Amino acid sequence: MSAIDATPDTAPAAYGLGGRLDARVRARLRGDVAFRVLMLVLSFIAIVPLGLILVYIIVRGAGSINWQFLTELPKPIGEAGGGISNAIVGTFILIAIASVISIPLGVLAGIFLSEQAKSRLGTVARLSVETLMGIPSIVLGIVAYSWLVRPMGHFSAVSGGVALSMIMLPVITLTTEQTLLMIPVTLREAALALGASYPATILRIILPSGMSGLVTGILLAVARGAGETAPLLFTAFGNPFMGVNVFKPVESLPHTIFYYATSPYPEWQSLAWGASFVLLVVVLALNIVTKLVTSRWKIQF
Amino acid sequence: MSVLLIAIFFSLLLTSRHAILANGFRFITGSEWDPVTNTFRSLAFVVGTLVTSLIALVIATILALALAILMGEYFKSGPFSAVMRTAVELLAGIPSVVYGFIGLFFFVPVVRAIEEPLGLPPFGVGVFTTALLLAFMILPYSASIAREMISLVPSDLKEASLSLGATRSETVWKVILPYARGGIMGGVLLSLGRALGETMAVTMVIGNANVLTFNVFAPGNTMASVIANEFSEASSDIYLSSLIEIGLLLFVISTLINIAGKVVVNRMATR
Repeated sequence: MSAIDATPDTAPAAYGLGGRLDARVRARLRGDVAFRVLMLVLSFIAIVPLGLILVYIIVRGAGSINWQFLTELPKPIGEAGGGISNAIVGTFILIAIASVISIPLGVLAGIFLSEQAKSRLGTVARLSVETLMGIPSIVLGIVAYSWLVRPMGHFSAVSGGVALSMIMLPVITLTTEQTLLMIPVTLREAALALGASYPATILRIILPSGMSGLVTGILLAVARGAGETAPLLFTAFGNPFMGVNVFKPVESLPHTIFYYATSPYPEWQSLAWGASFVLLVVVLALNIVTKLVTSRWKIQF
Repeated sequence: MSVLLIAIFFSLLLTSRHAILANGFRFITGSEWDPVTNTFRSLAFVVGTLVTSLIALVIATILALALAILMGEYFKSGPFSAVMRTAVELLAGIPSVVYGFIGLFFFVPVVRAIEEPLGLPPFGVGVFTTALLLAFMILPYSASIAREMISLVPSDLKEASLSLGATRSETVWKVILPYARGGIMGGVLLSLGRALGETMAVTMVIGNANVLTFNVFAPGNTMASVIANEFSEASSDIYLSSLIEIGLLLFVISTLINIAGKVVVNRMATR
Protein backbone atom coordinates (compact mmCIF):
# COMPACT_ATOMS: atom_id res chain seq x y z
CA MET A 1 0.00 0.00 0.00
CA SER A 2 2.62 2.50 1.10
CA ALA A 3 4.80 1.46 -1.85
CA ILE A 4 2.12 2.68 -4.20
CA ASP A 5 1.25 5.80 -2.29
CA ALA A 6 4.82 7.13 -2.13
CA THR A 7 5.34 9.73 -4.87
CA PRO A 8 8.65 8.95 -6.58
CA ASP A 9 9.87 12.55 -6.45
CA THR A 10 12.98 11.85 -4.40
CA ALA A 11 14.64 9.39 -6.77
CA PRO A 12 18.40 10.23 -6.77
CA ALA A 13 18.71 9.80 -10.53
CA ALA A 14 16.39 12.73 -11.02
CA TYR A 15 19.01 15.15 -9.66
CA GLY A 16 21.63 16.66 -12.01
CA LEU A 17 25.20 17.68 -11.08
CA GLY A 18 24.29 20.76 -9.13
CA GLY A 19 21.79 18.81 -7.06
CA ARG A 20 18.91 20.39 -8.97
CA LEU A 21 16.14 18.46 -10.62
CA ASP A 22 16.62 17.67 -14.26
CA ALA A 23 14.34 19.84 -16.44
CA ARG A 24 12.62 16.87 -18.04
CA VAL A 25 11.94 15.27 -14.70
CA ARG A 26 10.55 18.53 -13.41
CA ALA A 27 8.25 18.73 -16.42
CA ARG A 28 7.04 15.22 -15.71
CA LEU A 29 6.44 16.00 -12.07
CA ARG A 30 4.55 19.14 -13.06
CA GLY A 31 2.48 16.99 -15.38
CA ASP A 32 1.76 14.69 -12.48
CA VAL A 33 0.50 17.56 -10.32
CA ALA A 34 -1.50 18.99 -13.23
CA PHE A 35 -3.14 15.61 -13.78
CA ARG A 36 -4.11 15.31 -10.16
CA VAL A 37 -5.58 18.82 -10.18
CA LEU A 38 -7.50 18.07 -13.38
CA MET A 39 -8.96 14.92 -11.83
CA LEU A 40 -9.99 16.86 -8.73
CA VAL A 41 -11.59 19.63 -10.80
CA LEU A 42 -13.53 17.18 -12.98
CA SER A 43 -14.73 15.29 -9.93
CA PHE A 44 -15.80 18.57 -8.41
CA ILE A 45 -17.79 19.39 -11.55
CA ALA A 46 -19.41 15.98 -11.30
CA ILE A 47 -20.22 16.06 -7.61
CA VAL A 48 -21.31 19.66 -7.01
CA PRO A 49 -24.50 19.63 -9.15
CA LEU A 50 -25.39 16.26 -7.73
CA GLY A 51 -24.91 17.55 -4.19
CA LEU A 52 -26.97 20.65 -4.98
CA ILE A 53 -29.75 18.42 -6.28
CA LEU A 54 -29.94 16.53 -3.00
CA VAL A 55 -29.84 19.71 -0.91
CA TYR A 56 -32.47 21.42 -3.06
CA ILE A 57 -34.94 18.55 -2.83
CA ILE A 58 -34.50 18.42 0.92
CA VAL A 59 -34.93 22.18 1.37
CA ARG A 60 -37.90 22.59 -1.00
CA GLY A 61 -39.52 19.32 -0.05
CA ALA A 62 -39.14 19.40 3.71
CA GLY A 63 -40.78 22.84 3.71
CA SER A 64 -44.03 21.55 2.27
CA ILE A 65 -44.29 18.50 4.51
CA ASN A 66 -46.71 18.51 7.38
CA TRP A 67 -49.36 16.24 8.81
CA GLN A 68 -52.02 17.59 6.46
CA PHE A 69 -49.79 16.91 3.48
CA LEU A 70 -49.53 13.24 4.35
CA THR A 71 -53.18 12.65 5.24
CA GLU A 72 -55.26 14.76 2.84
CA LEU A 73 -56.26 14.42 -0.78
CA PRO A 74 -55.04 16.91 -3.41
CA LYS A 75 -57.18 20.04 -3.62
CA PRO A 76 -58.37 21.73 -6.83
CA ILE A 77 -56.30 24.53 -8.34
CA GLY A 78 -56.52 27.78 -6.45
CA GLU A 79 -57.09 26.23 -3.07
CA ALA A 80 -54.11 26.19 -0.76
CA GLY A 81 -53.08 23.02 1.04
CA GLY A 82 -54.02 19.55 0.04
CA GLY A 83 -52.00 16.40 0.38
CA ILE A 84 -50.89 13.23 -1.28
CA SER A 85 -52.48 10.53 0.86
CA ASN A 86 -53.95 8.87 -2.25
CA ALA A 87 -50.48 8.55 -3.80
CA ILE A 88 -48.97 7.09 -0.62
CA VAL A 89 -51.74 4.51 -0.33
CA GLY A 90 -51.54 3.79 -4.07
CA THR A 91 -47.79 3.21 -4.05
CA PHE A 92 -48.26 0.90 -1.10
CA ILE A 93 -50.92 -1.12 -2.95
CA LEU A 94 -48.82 -1.34 -6.12
CA ILE A 95 -45.71 -2.46 -4.26
CA ALA A 96 -47.75 -5.02 -2.30
CA ILE A 97 -49.15 -6.55 -5.50
CA ALA A 98 -45.73 -6.53 -7.15
CA SER A 99 -44.10 -8.11 -4.09
CA VAL A 100 -46.65 -10.91 -3.86
CA ILE A 101 -45.80 -11.85 -7.44
CA SER A 102 -42.07 -11.19 -7.60
CA ILE A 103 -40.75 -12.31 -4.19
CA PRO A 104 -41.71 -16.03 -4.38
CA LEU A 105 -40.87 -16.26 -8.08
CA GLY A 106 -37.62 -14.35 -7.69
CA VAL A 107 -36.41 -16.36 -4.71
CA LEU A 108 -37.29 -19.66 -6.40
CA ALA A 109 -35.53 -18.62 -9.59
CA GLY A 110 -32.51 -17.53 -7.54
CA ILE A 111 -32.37 -20.92 -5.80
CA PHE A 112 -32.61 -22.62 -9.18
CA LEU A 113 -29.82 -20.50 -10.63
CA SER A 114 -27.47 -21.17 -7.73
CA GLU A 115 -28.23 -24.91 -7.68
CA GLN A 116 -27.98 -25.32 -11.44
CA ALA A 117 -25.27 -22.75 -12.07
CA LYS A 118 -23.30 -24.96 -14.45
CA SER A 119 -26.11 -26.64 -16.38
CA ARG A 120 -27.15 -25.44 -19.81
CA LEU A 121 -30.62 -24.48 -18.63
CA GLY A 122 -28.99 -22.50 -15.81
CA THR A 123 -26.83 -20.55 -18.25
CA VAL A 124 -29.79 -19.73 -20.46
CA ALA A 125 -31.86 -18.74 -17.43
CA ARG A 126 -29.14 -16.45 -16.11
CA LEU A 127 -28.78 -14.76 -19.47
CA SER A 128 -32.55 -14.26 -19.52
CA VAL A 129 -32.57 -12.70 -16.07
CA GLU A 130 -29.76 -10.33 -16.99
CA THR A 131 -31.55 -9.38 -20.18
CA LEU A 132 -34.76 -8.81 -18.25
CA MET A 133 -32.83 -6.48 -15.95
CA GLY A 134 -31.79 -4.38 -18.94
CA ILE A 135 -35.20 -3.99 -20.57
CA PRO A 136 -36.35 -0.36 -20.41
CA SER A 137 -39.16 -0.10 -17.87
CA ILE A 138 -41.50 1.56 -20.34
CA VAL A 139 -41.36 -1.53 -22.54
CA LEU A 140 -42.44 -3.63 -19.55
CA GLY A 141 -45.30 -1.16 -19.14
CA ILE A 142 -46.41 -1.86 -22.71
CA VAL A 143 -46.28 -5.59 -22.00
CA ALA A 144 -48.41 -5.26 -18.86
CA TYR A 145 -50.80 -3.11 -20.87
CA SER A 146 -51.24 -5.73 -23.55
CA TRP A 147 -51.54 -8.56 -21.00
CA LEU A 148 -53.99 -6.97 -18.59
CA VAL A 149 -55.27 -3.53 -19.50
CA ARG A 150 -56.42 -4.41 -23.00
CA PRO A 151 -58.31 -7.61 -22.04
CA MET A 152 -59.86 -5.93 -18.99
CA GLY A 153 -60.77 -2.83 -20.93
CA HIS A 154 -59.58 -0.32 -18.32
CA PHE A 155 -56.54 0.73 -16.31
CA SER A 156 -56.04 -0.97 -12.95
CA ALA A 157 -53.75 -1.30 -9.94
CA VAL A 158 -53.26 -4.98 -10.75
CA SER A 159 -51.72 -4.21 -14.14
CA GLY A 160 -49.41 -1.64 -12.53
CA GLY A 161 -48.38 -4.22 -9.94
CA VAL A 162 -47.61 -6.76 -12.66
CA ALA A 163 -45.49 -4.19 -14.52
CA LEU A 164 -43.56 -3.40 -11.32
CA SER A 165 -43.14 -7.09 -10.53
CA MET A 166 -41.34 -7.58 -13.84
CA ILE A 167 -38.93 -4.83 -12.78
CA MET A 168 -38.40 -6.27 -9.28
CA LEU A 169 -38.11 -9.91 -10.33
CA PRO A 170 -34.59 -9.88 -11.85
CA VAL A 171 -33.21 -7.82 -8.94
CA ILE A 172 -34.49 -10.37 -6.41
CA THR A 173 -33.34 -13.33 -8.50
CA LEU A 174 -29.80 -12.10 -9.00
CA THR A 175 -29.22 -11.10 -5.36
CA THR A 176 -30.67 -14.41 -4.14
CA GLU A 177 -28.40 -16.32 -6.48
CA GLN A 178 -25.30 -14.38 -5.48
CA THR A 179 -26.02 -14.83 -1.79
CA LEU A 180 -26.63 -18.56 -2.04
CA LEU A 181 -23.45 -19.06 -4.05
CA MET A 182 -21.45 -17.62 -1.14
CA ILE A 183 -22.65 -20.31 1.27
CA PRO A 184 -19.90 -22.92 1.68
CA VAL A 185 -20.46 -26.37 0.20
CA THR A 186 -19.45 -27.95 3.52
CA LEU A 187 -22.67 -26.69 5.10
CA ARG A 188 -24.77 -28.41 2.49
CA GLU A 189 -22.67 -31.58 2.69
CA ALA A 190 -23.03 -31.67 6.46
CA ALA A 191 -26.82 -31.45 6.19
CA LEU A 192 -26.99 -34.16 3.55
CA ALA A 193 -24.57 -36.37 5.53
CA LEU A 194 -26.88 -36.12 8.55
CA GLY A 195 -29.61 -37.60 6.41
CA ALA A 196 -31.57 -34.45 5.56
CA SER A 197 -33.44 -34.68 2.29
CA TYR A 198 -32.54 -32.31 -0.55
CA PRO A 199 -35.58 -30.03 -0.13
CA ALA A 200 -35.04 -29.96 3.63
CA THR A 201 -31.40 -28.98 3.10
CA ILE A 202 -32.41 -26.07 0.92
CA LEU A 203 -35.35 -24.89 3.02
CA ARG A 204 -33.90 -25.44 6.51
CA ILE A 205 -30.17 -24.87 5.97
CA ILE A 206 -29.33 -22.94 2.82
CA LEU A 207 -32.17 -20.40 2.81
CA PRO A 208 -31.93 -19.44 6.50
CA SER A 209 -28.17 -18.92 6.28
CA GLY A 210 -28.65 -16.72 3.26
CA MET A 211 -31.57 -14.78 4.74
CA SER A 212 -29.72 -11.47 5.00
CA GLY A 213 -28.87 -11.53 1.32
CA LEU A 214 -32.46 -12.36 0.42
CA VAL A 215 -33.80 -9.49 2.52
CA THR A 216 -31.26 -7.16 0.91
CA GLY A 217 -32.40 -8.15 -2.56
CA ILE A 218 -36.05 -7.71 -1.70
CA LEU A 219 -35.50 -4.28 -0.16
CA LEU A 220 -33.42 -3.14 -3.14
CA ALA A 221 -36.13 -4.36 -5.49
CA VAL A 222 -38.83 -2.54 -3.52
CA ALA A 223 -36.74 0.64 -3.59
CA ARG A 224 -36.41 0.33 -7.34
CA GLY A 225 -40.06 -0.46 -7.92
CA ALA A 226 -41.25 2.38 -5.69
CA GLY A 227 -39.46 4.93 -7.84
CA GLU A 228 -40.65 3.73 -11.24
CA THR A 229 -43.05 5.92 -13.17
CA ALA A 230 -42.84 5.00 -16.82
CA PRO A 231 -44.60 1.62 -16.67
CA LEU A 232 -47.39 3.08 -14.51
CA LEU A 233 -48.40 5.72 -17.06
CA PHE A 234 -50.64 3.32 -18.92
CA THR A 235 -51.22 0.60 -16.34
CA ALA A 236 -52.06 2.05 -12.90
CA PHE A 237 -52.69 5.34 -14.71
CA GLY A 238 -53.29 7.65 -11.73
CA ASN A 239 -56.35 8.72 -9.80
CA PRO A 240 -56.93 12.06 -8.05
CA PHE A 241 -59.15 10.40 -5.44
CA MET A 242 -58.47 7.78 -2.84
CA GLY A 243 -58.52 4.44 -4.61
CA VAL A 244 -58.22 1.13 -2.82
CA ASN A 245 -59.92 -1.11 -5.38
CA VAL A 246 -57.18 -3.12 -7.07
CA PHE A 247 -59.20 -3.43 -10.27
CA LYS A 248 -59.48 0.36 -10.62
CA PRO A 249 -56.77 2.94 -11.40
CA VAL A 250 -54.71 4.12 -8.42
CA GLU A 251 -52.37 7.05 -7.91
CA SER A 252 -48.69 6.54 -7.08
CA LEU A 253 -45.98 8.81 -5.69
CA PRO A 254 -43.84 8.95 -8.86
CA HIS A 255 -46.89 9.58 -11.00
CA THR A 256 -48.03 12.39 -8.67
CA ILE A 257 -44.61 13.99 -9.05
CA PHE A 258 -44.73 13.70 -12.83
CA TYR A 259 -48.25 15.06 -13.07
CA TYR A 260 -47.81 18.01 -10.71
CA ALA A 261 -44.23 18.85 -11.74
CA THR A 262 -45.22 19.34 -15.36
CA SER A 263 -48.25 21.47 -14.43
CA PRO A 264 -48.02 25.26 -14.67
CA TYR A 265 -49.46 25.99 -11.20
CA PRO A 266 -47.06 26.86 -8.35
CA GLU A 267 -49.35 25.20 -5.75
CA TRP A 268 -49.18 21.95 -7.63
CA GLN A 269 -45.44 22.25 -8.15
CA SER A 270 -44.91 22.61 -4.44
CA LEU A 271 -47.02 19.47 -3.96
CA ALA A 272 -44.61 17.79 -6.37
CA TRP A 273 -41.57 18.93 -4.34
CA GLY A 274 -43.17 17.54 -1.22
CA ALA A 275 -43.95 14.26 -2.95
CA SER A 276 -40.36 14.10 -4.28
CA PHE A 277 -39.10 14.50 -0.74
CA VAL A 278 -41.37 11.75 0.57
CA LEU A 279 -40.37 9.40 -2.25
CA LEU A 280 -36.69 10.19 -1.73
CA VAL A 281 -36.95 9.53 2.00
CA VAL A 282 -38.69 6.20 1.34
CA VAL A 283 -36.12 5.08 -1.25
CA LEU A 284 -33.11 6.23 0.74
CA ALA A 285 -34.48 4.71 3.95
CA LEU A 286 -34.84 1.38 2.14
CA ASN A 287 -31.25 1.67 0.91
CA ILE A 288 -29.95 2.48 4.38
CA VAL A 289 -31.89 -0.40 5.98
CA THR A 290 -30.41 -2.63 3.29
CA LYS A 291 -26.91 -1.54 4.23
CA LEU A 292 -27.61 -2.12 7.93
CA VAL A 293 -28.99 -5.57 7.19
CA THR A 294 -25.94 -6.56 5.17
CA SER A 295 -23.44 -5.23 7.70
CA ARG A 296 -25.13 -6.41 10.92
CA TRP A 297 -26.50 -9.69 9.75
CA LYS A 298 -23.76 -11.18 7.64
CA ILE A 299 -23.67 -14.80 6.68
CA GLN A 300 -22.12 -16.49 9.70
CA PHE A 301 -21.53 -20.09 10.61
CA MET B 1 -37.48 -16.77 -16.50
CA SER B 2 -36.61 -17.50 -20.06
CA VAL B 3 -40.27 -18.18 -20.66
CA LEU B 4 -41.12 -14.74 -19.30
CA LEU B 5 -38.57 -13.14 -21.58
CA ILE B 6 -39.85 -14.97 -24.62
CA ALA B 7 -43.43 -14.12 -23.61
CA ILE B 8 -42.47 -10.45 -23.42
CA PHE B 9 -40.85 -10.53 -26.82
CA PHE B 10 -43.75 -12.31 -28.49
CA SER B 11 -46.44 -10.22 -26.90
CA LEU B 12 -44.66 -7.12 -28.19
CA LEU B 13 -44.39 -8.73 -31.59
CA LEU B 14 -48.01 -9.83 -31.55
CA THR B 15 -49.47 -6.51 -30.43
CA SER B 16 -47.44 -4.56 -32.96
CA ARG B 17 -48.17 -6.90 -35.89
CA HIS B 18 -50.64 -4.48 -37.51
CA ALA B 19 -48.02 -1.78 -37.54
CA ILE B 20 -45.21 -4.04 -38.71
CA LEU B 21 -47.31 -5.20 -41.64
CA ALA B 22 -48.65 -1.75 -42.47
CA ASN B 23 -45.46 0.24 -42.01
CA GLY B 24 -43.07 -2.27 -43.46
CA PHE B 25 -39.39 -1.54 -43.64
CA ARG B 26 -39.98 2.19 -44.11
CA PHE B 27 -40.75 2.29 -40.40
CA ILE B 28 -37.06 2.65 -39.61
CA THR B 29 -35.96 4.58 -42.69
CA GLY B 30 -38.51 7.40 -42.76
CA SER B 31 -38.81 10.19 -40.21
CA GLU B 32 -42.35 11.44 -40.65
CA TRP B 33 -44.67 10.80 -37.69
CA ASP B 34 -48.17 12.06 -38.32
CA PRO B 35 -51.05 10.30 -36.56
CA VAL B 36 -53.62 12.35 -38.50
CA THR B 37 -52.65 10.80 -41.83
CA ASN B 38 -51.64 7.49 -40.25
CA THR B 39 -48.01 7.91 -41.29
CA PHE B 40 -45.75 6.28 -38.74
CA ARG B 41 -41.99 6.39 -39.33
CA SER B 42 -39.66 6.17 -36.39
CA LEU B 43 -36.28 7.44 -37.59
CA ALA B 44 -36.68 10.80 -35.81
CA PHE B 45 -37.05 9.00 -32.47
CA VAL B 46 -34.24 6.53 -33.10
CA VAL B 47 -31.93 9.44 -33.95
CA GLY B 48 -33.22 11.39 -30.94
CA THR B 49 -32.47 8.46 -28.64
CA LEU B 50 -29.01 7.86 -30.08
CA VAL B 51 -27.98 11.54 -30.11
CA THR B 52 -29.09 12.25 -26.53
CA SER B 53 -27.55 9.02 -25.24
CA LEU B 54 -24.25 9.49 -27.03
CA ILE B 55 -23.74 13.10 -25.89
CA ALA B 56 -24.68 12.03 -22.37
CA LEU B 57 -22.26 9.14 -22.60
CA VAL B 58 -19.32 11.34 -23.61
CA ILE B 59 -19.93 13.81 -20.76
CA ALA B 60 -20.59 11.06 -18.23
CA THR B 61 -17.57 8.98 -19.26
CA ILE B 62 -15.11 11.85 -18.84
CA LEU B 63 -16.50 12.82 -15.42
CA ALA B 64 -16.89 9.19 -14.32
CA LEU B 65 -13.28 8.38 -15.25
CA ALA B 66 -12.05 11.31 -13.18
CA LEU B 67 -14.15 10.17 -10.21
CA ALA B 68 -13.07 6.56 -10.66
CA ILE B 69 -9.37 7.43 -10.85
CA LEU B 70 -9.65 9.51 -7.68
CA MET B 71 -11.64 6.86 -5.82
CA GLY B 72 -9.79 3.83 -7.16
CA GLU B 73 -6.22 5.12 -7.19
CA TYR B 74 -5.54 8.39 -5.36
CA PHE B 75 -7.91 8.06 -2.39
CA LYS B 76 -8.52 4.38 -2.02
CA SER B 77 -9.53 4.68 1.60
CA GLY B 78 -10.18 7.49 4.03
CA PRO B 79 -12.97 10.01 4.48
CA PHE B 80 -12.93 11.35 0.91
CA SER B 81 -13.50 7.94 -0.56
CA ALA B 82 -16.16 7.03 2.01
CA VAL B 83 -18.12 10.24 1.39
CA MET B 84 -17.89 9.84 -2.37
CA ARG B 85 -18.98 6.23 -2.27
CA THR B 86 -21.99 7.02 -0.10
CA ALA B 87 -22.91 10.00 -2.27
CA VAL B 88 -22.69 7.91 -5.42
CA GLU B 89 -24.89 5.22 -3.89
CA LEU B 90 -27.46 7.75 -2.70
CA LEU B 91 -27.60 9.41 -6.11
CA ALA B 92 -28.04 6.10 -7.87
CA GLY B 93 -31.15 5.61 -5.73
CA ILE B 94 -32.94 8.81 -6.76
CA PRO B 95 -35.96 7.92 -8.91
CA SER B 96 -35.82 9.17 -12.47
CA VAL B 97 -38.98 11.23 -12.19
CA VAL B 98 -37.27 13.28 -9.47
CA TYR B 99 -34.29 13.79 -11.78
CA GLY B 100 -36.72 15.01 -14.42
CA PHE B 101 -38.25 17.49 -12.01
CA ILE B 102 -34.79 18.73 -11.08
CA GLY B 103 -33.99 18.97 -14.78
CA LEU B 104 -37.00 21.23 -15.30
CA PHE B 105 -35.93 23.52 -12.50
CA PHE B 106 -32.12 23.52 -12.81
CA PHE B 107 -30.96 22.41 -16.22
CA VAL B 108 -33.63 24.17 -18.28
CA PRO B 109 -32.77 27.67 -16.95
CA VAL B 110 -29.05 26.94 -17.31
CA VAL B 111 -29.42 25.87 -20.93
CA ARG B 112 -31.68 28.86 -21.60
CA ALA B 113 -28.93 31.10 -20.26
CA ILE B 114 -26.46 29.44 -22.66
CA GLU B 115 -28.83 29.74 -25.62
CA GLU B 116 -29.67 33.43 -25.29
CA PRO B 117 -26.19 34.90 -25.81
CA LEU B 118 -25.68 32.50 -28.73
CA GLY B 119 -28.68 34.00 -30.50
CA LEU B 120 -30.59 30.74 -30.42
CA PRO B 121 -34.28 30.54 -29.63
CA PRO B 122 -34.35 30.16 -25.82
CA PHE B 123 -36.37 26.98 -25.55
CA GLY B 124 -34.45 25.71 -22.57
CA VAL B 125 -35.87 22.28 -23.19
CA GLY B 126 -34.40 20.14 -25.94
CA VAL B 127 -31.85 17.55 -26.97
CA PHE B 128 -28.88 19.18 -25.23
CA THR B 129 -30.72 19.66 -21.92
CA THR B 130 -31.76 16.03 -22.05
CA ALA B 131 -28.23 14.87 -22.76
CA LEU B 132 -26.89 16.92 -19.85
CA LEU B 133 -29.49 15.52 -17.47
CA LEU B 134 -28.92 11.96 -18.70
CA ALA B 135 -25.18 12.40 -18.20
CA PHE B 136 -25.69 13.22 -14.52
CA MET B 137 -28.18 10.38 -14.15
CA ILE B 138 -25.84 7.68 -15.46
CA LEU B 139 -22.75 9.20 -13.84
CA PRO B 140 -23.05 7.41 -10.47
CA TYR B 141 -23.53 4.10 -12.23
CA SER B 142 -20.66 4.39 -14.69
CA ALA B 143 -18.34 5.84 -12.03
CA SER B 144 -18.88 2.86 -9.75
CA ILE B 145 -18.25 0.34 -12.55
CA ALA B 146 -15.11 2.20 -13.63
CA ARG B 147 -13.86 2.32 -10.03
CA GLU B 148 -14.36 -1.41 -9.71
CA MET B 149 -12.46 -2.05 -12.92
CA ILE B 150 -9.59 0.20 -11.83
CA SER B 151 -9.34 -1.56 -8.49
CA LEU B 152 -9.09 -4.90 -10.36
CA VAL B 153 -5.72 -3.84 -11.87
CA PRO B 154 -3.09 -5.97 -10.08
CA SER B 155 -0.90 -3.91 -7.75
CA ASP B 156 2.24 -5.71 -9.06
CA LEU B 157 1.78 -3.86 -12.33
CA LYS B 158 1.34 -0.50 -10.63
CA GLU B 159 4.32 -1.09 -8.34
CA ALA B 160 6.48 -2.18 -11.27
CA SER B 161 5.61 1.00 -13.13
CA LEU B 162 6.28 3.22 -10.12
CA SER B 163 9.54 1.48 -9.31
CA LEU B 164 10.77 2.14 -12.84
CA GLY B 165 10.40 5.83 -12.07
CA ALA B 166 7.06 6.59 -13.69
CA THR B 167 5.05 9.30 -11.99
CA ARG B 168 1.61 8.55 -10.67
CA SER B 169 -0.15 10.12 -13.64
CA GLU B 170 2.06 8.22 -16.07
CA THR B 171 1.16 5.02 -14.25
CA VAL B 172 -2.53 5.87 -14.55
CA TRP B 173 -2.30 6.65 -18.25
CA LYS B 174 0.10 3.96 -19.39
CA VAL B 175 -0.57 1.05 -17.03
CA ILE B 176 -3.91 1.30 -15.23
CA LEU B 177 -6.15 2.67 -17.97
CA PRO B 178 -4.87 0.35 -20.74
CA TYR B 179 -5.32 -2.63 -18.43
CA ALA B 180 -8.81 -1.60 -17.31
CA ARG B 181 -9.86 -0.35 -20.74
CA GLY B 182 -11.96 -3.37 -21.65
CA GLY B 183 -13.90 -3.33 -18.41
CA ILE B 184 -14.45 0.41 -18.56
CA MET B 185 -15.74 0.06 -22.13
CA GLY B 186 -18.17 -2.60 -20.91
CA GLY B 187 -19.33 -0.23 -18.18
CA VAL B 188 -19.83 2.46 -20.81
CA LEU B 189 -22.01 0.07 -22.81
CA LEU B 190 -24.08 -0.78 -19.73
CA SER B 191 -24.55 2.93 -19.00
CA LEU B 192 -25.60 3.41 -22.62
CA GLY B 193 -28.23 0.73 -22.11
CA ARG B 194 -29.60 2.75 -19.19
CA ALA B 195 -29.58 6.03 -21.08
CA LEU B 196 -31.40 4.51 -24.06
CA GLY B 197 -34.31 3.28 -21.98
CA GLU B 198 -34.60 6.25 -19.66
CA THR B 199 -38.11 7.59 -20.01
CA MET B 200 -39.51 9.94 -17.41
CA ALA B 201 -36.66 12.40 -17.05
CA VAL B 202 -36.30 12.59 -20.83
CA THR B 203 -40.02 13.12 -21.39
CA MET B 204 -40.00 16.03 -18.97
CA VAL B 205 -37.15 18.02 -20.53
CA ILE B 206 -36.87 17.09 -24.21
CA GLY B 207 -39.69 19.28 -25.50
CA ASN B 208 -41.53 16.54 -27.40
CA ALA B 209 -41.25 17.61 -31.03
CA ASN B 210 -41.81 14.79 -33.49
CA VAL B 211 -39.35 15.99 -36.13
CA LEU B 212 -35.95 14.77 -37.19
CA THR B 213 -33.37 17.27 -36.00
CA PHE B 214 -29.61 17.41 -35.73
CA ASN B 215 -29.65 20.78 -33.96
CA VAL B 216 -28.80 19.86 -30.38
CA PHE B 217 -30.56 22.90 -28.95
CA ALA B 218 -33.89 22.13 -30.63
CA PRO B 219 -36.67 20.17 -28.94
CA GLY B 220 -36.85 16.55 -30.02
CA ASN B 221 -38.18 13.21 -28.89
CA THR B 222 -36.76 9.80 -28.10
CA MET B 223 -38.24 6.34 -28.54
CA ALA B 224 -39.07 6.05 -24.85
CA SER B 225 -40.46 9.57 -24.50
CA VAL B 226 -42.77 9.33 -27.49
CA ILE B 227 -44.27 6.15 -26.06
CA ALA B 228 -44.73 7.80 -22.67
CA ASN B 229 -46.34 10.84 -24.23
CA GLU B 230 -48.66 9.37 -26.77
CA PHE B 231 -49.51 5.88 -25.59
CA SER B 232 -52.56 6.70 -23.53
CA GLU B 233 -53.80 9.11 -26.19
CA ALA B 234 -53.42 6.79 -29.16
CA SER B 235 -56.82 6.86 -30.81
CA SER B 236 -56.58 4.26 -33.55
CA ASP B 237 -55.41 0.68 -33.57
CA ILE B 238 -52.61 1.35 -36.01
CA TYR B 239 -51.38 4.31 -33.92
CA LEU B 240 -51.17 2.21 -30.75
CA SER B 241 -49.64 -0.65 -32.61
CA SER B 242 -46.98 1.62 -34.15
CA LEU B 243 -46.07 2.89 -30.67
CA ILE B 244 -45.71 -0.71 -29.53
CA GLU B 245 -43.47 -1.32 -32.55
CA ILE B 246 -41.23 1.48 -31.27
CA GLY B 247 -41.22 -0.35 -27.95
CA LEU B 248 -40.16 -3.53 -29.71
CA LEU B 249 -37.36 -1.67 -31.47
CA LEU B 250 -36.22 -0.17 -28.15
CA PHE B 251 -36.32 -3.61 -26.55
CA VAL B 252 -34.13 -5.12 -29.26
CA ILE B 253 -31.59 -2.28 -29.31
CA SER B 254 -31.18 -2.05 -25.53
CA THR B 255 -31.00 -5.83 -25.14
CA LEU B 256 -28.21 -6.09 -27.72
CA ILE B 257 -26.24 -3.29 -26.07
CA ASN B 258 -26.71 -4.76 -22.60
CA ILE B 259 -25.55 -8.22 -23.67
CA ALA B 260 -22.47 -6.72 -25.33
CA GLY B 261 -21.69 -4.76 -22.14
CA LYS B 262 -22.15 -7.82 -19.91
CA VAL B 263 -19.88 -9.94 -22.09
CA VAL B 264 -17.10 -7.35 -22.00
CA VAL B 265 -17.36 -6.76 -18.23
CA ASN B 266 -17.45 -10.50 -17.45
CA ARG B 267 -14.43 -11.19 -19.63
CA MET B 268 -12.55 -8.44 -17.77
CA ALA B 269 -13.59 -9.67 -14.33
CA THR B 270 -12.51 -13.26 -14.95
CA ARG B 271 -9.14 -12.39 -16.45
